[in-house]
Amino acid sequence: MAPEALIRTEHLFKQYETAAGPVPVLKDVSLSIDRGEFVAIMGPSGSGKSTFMNILGCLDLPTSGRYLLEGSDIGKLDADELAALRNRVIGFVFQGYNLLPRATLLENVALPLLYAGVAKDERNRRALELLAQVDLEGFARYAPNQISGGQQQRVAIARALVNRPQLILADEPTGNLDTKTSHDIMEQLVRLNAKHGITIVLVTHEPDIAKYARRLVRFVDGRVTHDGGVSVAEIEETPA
Amino acid sequence: MMAPMLDEAWHAMGANRLRSFLTMLGMMIGVAAVIMMLAVGQGARFAVDQSIASMGSNLFIVLSGSATSGGIRLGMGATPTLTTGDAEAIGELPSIAAVAPIAPGTAQLVYGSNNWSTLVAGTTPAYLEVRDWGVESGYAFSDSDVRSATRVVLLGRTVARNLFGDTEPVGKTIRIKQSPFLVIGLLAPKGQSLDGRDQDDTAFIPVTTAQTRVFGTQFAGSVRFIVAQAVSPEAMTAAEREMTQLLRQRHHLPERTDNDFDVRNLTALANAAAETTRVMSIMLGAIASISLLVGGIGIMNIMLVSVTERTREIGIRVAIGARERDVRLQFLLEAIIISLIGCAVGVLVGVGAAVIANLSARIPVVITGAAVLLAFIVATGVGVFFGFYPANKAARLRPIDALRYQ
Repeated sequence: MAPEALIRTEHLFKQYETAAGPVPVLKDVSLSIDRGEFVAIMGPSGSGKSTFMNILGCLDLPTSGRYLLEGSDIGKLDADELAALRNRVIGFVFQGYNLLPRATLLENVALPLLYAGVAKDERNRRALELLAQVDLEGFARYAPNQISGGQQQRVAIARALVNRPQLILADEPTGNLDTKTSHDIMEQLVRLNAKHGITIVLVTHEPDIAKYARRLVRFVDGRVTHDGGVSVAEIEETPA
Repeated sequence: MMAPMLDEAWHAMGANRLRSFLTMLGMMIGVAAVIMMLAVGQGARFAVDQSIASMGSNLFIVLSGSATSGGIRLGMGATPTLTTGDAEAIGELPSIAAVAPIAPGTAQLVYGSNNWSTLVAGTTPAYLEVRDWGVESGYAFSDSDVRSATRVVLLGRTVARNLFGDTEPVGKTIRIKQSPFLVIGLLAPKGQSLDGRDQDDTAFIPVTTAQTRVFGTQFAGSVRFIVAQAVSPEAMTAAEREMTQLLRQRHHLPERTDNDFDVRNLTALANAAAETTRVMSIMLGAIASISLLVGGIGIMNIMLVSVTERTREIGIRVAIGARERDVRLQFLLEAIIISLIGCAVGVLVGVGAAVIANLSARIPVVITGAAVLLAFIVATGVGVFFGFYPANKAARLRPIDALRYQ
């Protein structure tokens, strides 16, 4: 028997109810991502790629269709079970970093462990370890607004990794960063993928960034129009 | 789980100090008002209870009767119909524990160059017993003093102070209506009566002395009133009936005529006074509770604003694994902390205000641990009650909406 895919979507549909009537965003998306893959998702804005990412992250539910994460059907889980899944299995890296502004970097990195019920000493030990991994151990007591954007994104990566997730979902992680910092961040993600076998799904509209991945999925108008090699990344409509 | 949550709640409050302080202020004022009102209410009750206790328990006062003269009815006590004999007969009743006749009058007391007009009451040693009134120095007069109508006097604290200043009065001789009297005792202070009279502004002499040597009587042995004490609270009704029957018989009153005396139950009066203060203190507390309610609504208001402001933060927490109950607990704890700190400061302010009221305006106050405990329990309750809705609102946010919130 073939190993179960980490992510498997079957005929996903998603539509938003608006005053002008229902707006379909995802139209029949079936996709499978195995453990250890590094997938880039591209597509013009409004193509449904962000909605797809939100569903993968268990932050939003599809209107119809099934989403299996580690083989379990997300549609059948309650809010607490989804929270536990986000906590244990998934690490998020956002475009806007999304660190808690009032907490120190150490507290930010340790936060997922808090919700996992880990004791304080262990939380701090793990968080420091992860900060060291992203070369920021000297900034543990700093607040997010005291460091640069690239550094903040590295803290966010440390936070995403602290609970040893299977999957990292990165939604335009380099969108707010300059080119050099962007490549630093991407190299970090490549290392995590290669060294620790962490599955990475990345949304971007920059071909340069998408090229770090080994598989490219392109969304247009709510459907998958390309699923395969990353070499076609440049043949990309101008990002909106 | 609790310790880090408390830490977080503390941080969140520190982030907006002025707002947290203003929210606490509402709570603080509410608690201070409750503490102070309870202190004043309890103080009033305590004062009344004390006057009641100083009066003696299970007491009756029998007043001599009204007289009708040419169709004009005079008030109670207008005619001296009671006698020391009546008092002795009442003392024989099984429901009566003690009895004392009183023949009062106003007289001027003179010692050296000082003089003082006061109520001089002729009575028997039993009176002090009934009133539970001790002698501070010297001794009380005895039944043999009553029998032989000796010229001895017991002084109340106020009288002694006015006549003697700091000098020891016992053993000195004073003049009452020109006759010399030996001061044999100084009464213990009794304080104010229920109607606010100074009970220590009085002097006692043997009833026989009063009747024969000081005030005179309209007929032999007459007294203005008789104080009687029932054996127990349960015996009050029986005692009243028996006394009435006995006196009607002794006064040879035919049926269908009015009593020429009046039996009054002082305990019932006292109970009414106690009930009044009890109702008053409950009412004060109730009014103060309203401000507590207003404080609670203030907390709810601020928490709702805070939830809206921190929607994105909630989204981040939920994305990285916070469950609904984690978010709810976080906001509830914030509400409770605000309540409790507000309450703690409120208790201090309330106690301080009560003490100041006591010192400056001489309002009697009593602060009980129970009142403080109650304030803390209510404050926590208010925090939970008014924090629950905003906390629940935060917990119920859909993660995707919360994360997207700008």
